[in-house]
Amino acid sequence: METMLWVIPALPLLASIVTILGGKRWIREKSHWLPCIGVGISFLLSLITFFQVWNRGTLHQVLYSWISSGDFQVNLTLQVDPLTAVMVVVVSGVSFLIHIYSIGYMHGDEGYHRFFSFISLFTFSMLMLVLSADFLLLYVFWEAVGLCSYLLIGHWYYKKSAADAGKKAFIVNRVGDFGFGLGVMLLFTTFGTLDYQTIFSRSGEFVGKTFPMFGIEFDLLTLTCLLLFMGAIGKSAQFPLHVWLPDAMEGPTPVSALIHAATMVTAGVYLVARCYPLYNLAPKALFIVALIGGFTVFFAATIGLVQNDIKRVLAYSTISQLGYMFMALGVGAYVAAIFHLVTHAFFKALLFLASGSVIHALGGEQDMRNMGGLKDKIPGTYWAFLIGALALAGIPPLAGFWSKDEILMGTFKAGYYVLWILGSATAFMTAFYIFRLIFMTFFGDFRGRHGVEHPIHESPPVMLYPLTVLAILSIFAGWMLGFPPEHGFIHTFLAPTLAETQGTAPLPETTEGGAGLMFFSILVAALGILTAWMFYVKRPEMPVRFAETYPSTYDWLLHKYWFDEIYDTLFVNPTKQFANFLWQGFDDSVIDGVINGIARGIDVMSAKLRRLQSGYLQQYALSMVIGVIVILGIYLLIV
Amino acid sequence: MLLSLIIFVPLLGALGILLFVETDESARKTAFGVSLADLFLTLLLLARFDTSTSQMQFVKQAPWIPSFGIQYYIGVDGISVLMIFLTALLSAVAILSSWTAITDRVKEYTLALLVLQTGILGVFAALDFFLFYVFWEVMLIPMVLLIGIWGSEGKRTILGRWEMESRIYAALKFFLYTLAGSLLMLVAIISLYFTHQKITGGELTFDILRLIQSAHRYNPDFQFWVFLAFFLAFAIKVPLFPFHTWLPDAHVEAPTAGSVILAGVLLKMGAYGFLRICLPLLPQATKQFAPLIITLAVIAIIYGALVAMVQPDLKKLIAYSSVSHMGFVMLGLFAFTQQGIEGAILQMFNHGTITGALFLIVGLIYERTHTRLIADFGGLSKSLPVYAAFFGIFTFASLGLPGLGGFIGEFLILVGTFRVKPTVAVLAAVGVILSAAYMLWMFQRVMLGEITHPRNRELIDLNLREMATLVPLLILVFWVGIYPNTFLQFLHASVGHLIHQLGVSSEAHQMIQTAFK
Repeated sequence: METMLWVIPALPLLASIVTILGGKRWIREKSHWLPCIGVGISFLLSLITFFQVWNRGTLHQVLYSWISSGDFQVNLTLQVDPLTAVMVVVVSGVSFLIHIYSIGYMHGDEGYHRFFSFISLFTFSMLMLVLSADFLLLYVFWEAVGLCSYLLIGHWYYKKSAADAGKKAFIVNRVGDFGFGLGVMLLFTTFGTLDYQTIFSRSGEFVGKTFPMFGIEFDLLTLTCLLLFMGAIGKSAQFPLHVWLPDAMEGPTPVSALIHAATMVTAGVYLVARCYPLYNLAPKALFIVALIGGFTVFFAATIGLVQNDIKRVLAYSTISQLGYMFMALGVGAYVAAIFHLVTHAFFKALLFLASGSVIHALGGEQDMRNMGGLKDKIPGTYWAFLIGALALAGIPPLAGFWSKDEILMGTFKAGYYVLWILGSATAFMTAFYIFRLIFMTFFGDFRGRHGVEHPIHESPPVMLYPLTVLAILSIFAGWMLGFPPEHGFIHTFLAPTLAETQGTAPLPETTEGGAGLMFFSILVAALGILTAWMFYVKRPEMPVRFAETYPSTYDWLLHKYWFDEIYDTLFVNPTKQFANFLWQGFDDSVIDGVINGIARGIDVMSAKLRRLQSGYLQQYALSMVIGVIVILGIYLLIV
Repeated sequence: MLLSLIIFVPLLGALGILLFVETDESARKTAFGVSLADLFLTLLLLARFDTSTSQMQFVKQAPWIPSFGIQYYIGVDGISVLMIFLTALLSAVAILSSWTAITDRVKEYTLALLVLQTGILGVFAALDFFLFYVFWEVMLIPMVLLIGIWGSEGKRTILGRWEMESRIYAALKFFLYTLAGSLLMLVAIISLYFTHQKITGGELTFDILRLIQSAHRYNPDFQFWVFLAFFLAFAIKVPLFPFHTWLPDAHVEAPTAGSVILAGVLLKMGAYGFLRICLPLLPQATKQFAPLIITLAVIAIIYGALVAMVQPDLKKLIAYSSVSHMGFVMLGLFAFTQQGIEGAILQMFNHGTITGALFLIVGLIYERTHTRLIADFGGLSKSLPVYAAFFGIFTFASLGLPGLGGFIGEFLILVGTFRVKPTVAVLAAVGVILSAAYMLWMFQRVMLGEITHPRNRELIDLNLREMATLVPLLILVFWVGIYPNTFLQFLHASVGHLIHQLGVSSEAHQMIQTAFK
């Protein structure tokens, strides 16, 4: 198996290439076959690899020397340690389910082959991202998943909003990658290599060293960690680079589920977890990770409270949940972060796919104000959605409860009480917004147009099977992986990676007071659900009155704190204006003004010299020779 | 012999066309055949090239005008061999791309292209300064004719006074700019010639390698002035900010093939001049000028990208993006590290394939719609899916997406710069964000969204000939991205030798060591 690691990503890649080349003309409506089979086999191989890692430890495979320039050497190396093993299984597993789901969801789409090719290409890139054993490769596939995200957000490219959203996602991510790229360069400058193992094992030597930039002496490891974290902020849509993710919902729903909820956006979490030997030595950087995470948790949830687009609620929920993971990383609860990454992948993919099923049933309607009462019309979807919502809200024994609770407990124990309060308050809001969604969508009366009501139908089995599997995972994965708290399967499994170079053990072993905290968070979640029930089932006039009482707060939330507008005013428009000035005010006026001015001067002079222009080639040649001699003469006189 | 053949086969072909070919069709076919033969010869050259040495290879040395010490002296090392391959490839592509675009004076057109090819190849192979200068000037004339005769229609007024054909304005501007530079270069060459004679006690030679051997013996003042002259000649060619304003005009007015050659290889001659002449011949002045050039390079990267962002004309947008990309090349060269210089040369190659392809792509749509204004497009993906795929791939290659060629060059340049001048690398990396912004914005306005102009609904997608012009470039873009070592291996020995000549390898190392206090 060790030498066969490359097969895991290669199969989806192969499927993608064949499908894009032959899809339009030959494979057409059978375009799902190759990608589904390829990713399916990848998933089976991932499982085998997982058990091998469990038994034997880390696997390694060097494929070839990719870049070699002087002392800059990068090999294409794959590696599976416990952390990667978890990621590989989650990525290929969820991807496989979503491939299957898409057969139903994308049926009849004119870009059917394109969709399957790109989503398979994404699976390849994401698998490579987690399999890479080198920072430059990580960066490469980091951008590659960004490309797939761009292509799939813009799947319906003829919609301006979709094209806009794809572009925005790519450019905002580039801002984050700017930092990531510099971080990679700094790592190379420091360690002379980009290989994980060498860097992590030698990082201790650089504690307290500084690095000069812009005339300032930065703490080397803190700077490195923060630059890398910039990439994570972009990819995982954390404040202040969160603006692209809600817009990314323009893509088909399976894309939102796979890329913008379950896998790609968690790459940032993976990055920080992967680099924990570095972060451990840079407590200031860790503190900032915790701070950004903690703030995003709260901030994104507040926006989620008032959104009316069913997918946007889920998008803000994703941002908020990713914030939890960063908060966990920041306070040193690495396992809890990865644990939450896994459970979140299951229940958020479930929620997105279920929302896709709702949208499918309503012929493309996404506004919850036009929904309602769907409980009995699409019961299968309803149950799936409900399970996902309970898991997200943190109701035991569903998956989200275990992992989220572990994060909150870790935060509390590490002494970050402010973050713990933010996290707990968000747990309330989470329960509220997700059940607001449930109640608005499935309860009450149908508020859509009559024409729409008629063809409401449950989704085909090919869409419901993946929902079922994810629902089962959302119910059981939490306690299967994470019970008892801090000593579950995932903890023992990940322990070797984390223990390898972990100098400081951030988490105290005591579970003292754990039960009390656990009870508290259950209470908070239940309260959130109850409030949502009050607002949207019992007394539907309440939210309206609420919005009227606090119009400015409501407006701020509805408009997402005006971030898009602020960025336009601060960055986008000034850049364009400045660029226009440079073009017309400098290039055309100043530089060309000087050039053409010289030309005019010569024109005036040449009016007098016009007689020399006789048209005889010999005369020109003669004057050239004379000219050269004169120049030479002057030169020889001077020297 | 092989190298001489490569240089002169196009010229012989041109002669043949001039004497024996009557019809347009056979002129095209002959020219394409000749360029393919030349391409085949360069592949042979690559295959037989020994990558383990920094010595000049395939050397041919014969006296030409012995009394002045002028020789016919050619040879290639790892740096020039890639440029020669690029030139032969893009020349063939250029001829194939003008099959239906040029219908006027076809015979003369093919002559111009073939003579141009010989001129460029000669510049990359010449090891004698006089020969170098001759080739440098030879290539200028056909390029001016290409712009001035086969350029686009339209008039413009200069300084509110003269009205003239805008292609004539562009051709003149290109000619005068380049000529101003090359005359300065001539003066520099001649003064080197005499100074070398004085230093060595009577040896008169234009032999570049001999002149380089005395590099440490030219006094600093002399180096300064000679460098300045070369700098202006080459900086105009690159073009380095603020000497770049001829480029957008020349590109907009030139026919597609002209733009491909111009962006693909002519610009490389400037950077090549720095590599072949300034760095090894004037090491002290080079180091003295480095801060200035690095500053200009960083300005070019950001300035070019910003101005590209707001261009309404596709060709101008790509022209300004070239200013930005060539800024990266200059930055890499003057970082004086193995990665920086290797990255710069690789980026020269990549820029040739990627920007060459982008100009072809603009040419293809221009041939169909007779407009290059972004506002006249929108939603083209719908009617031109194959075209969209090519356009998309080259767009992403241009903005430096990993896995495609552009990334490798850009990243090596940035790494090579970062390890010695981190602050500069940070500023230059801003260009990477901007390139994503202007390329994707352009791509969206041209290819995505609804079809805004009804006449764009009926466009015909690419035919086989048109795909044949793009596919070789596409393969190279992927090849460099996925397995860059094929190309980098040519560079290791030559660049190592160059850095040794500069005498900076130890300094760079020290800087790294002292970076951490």
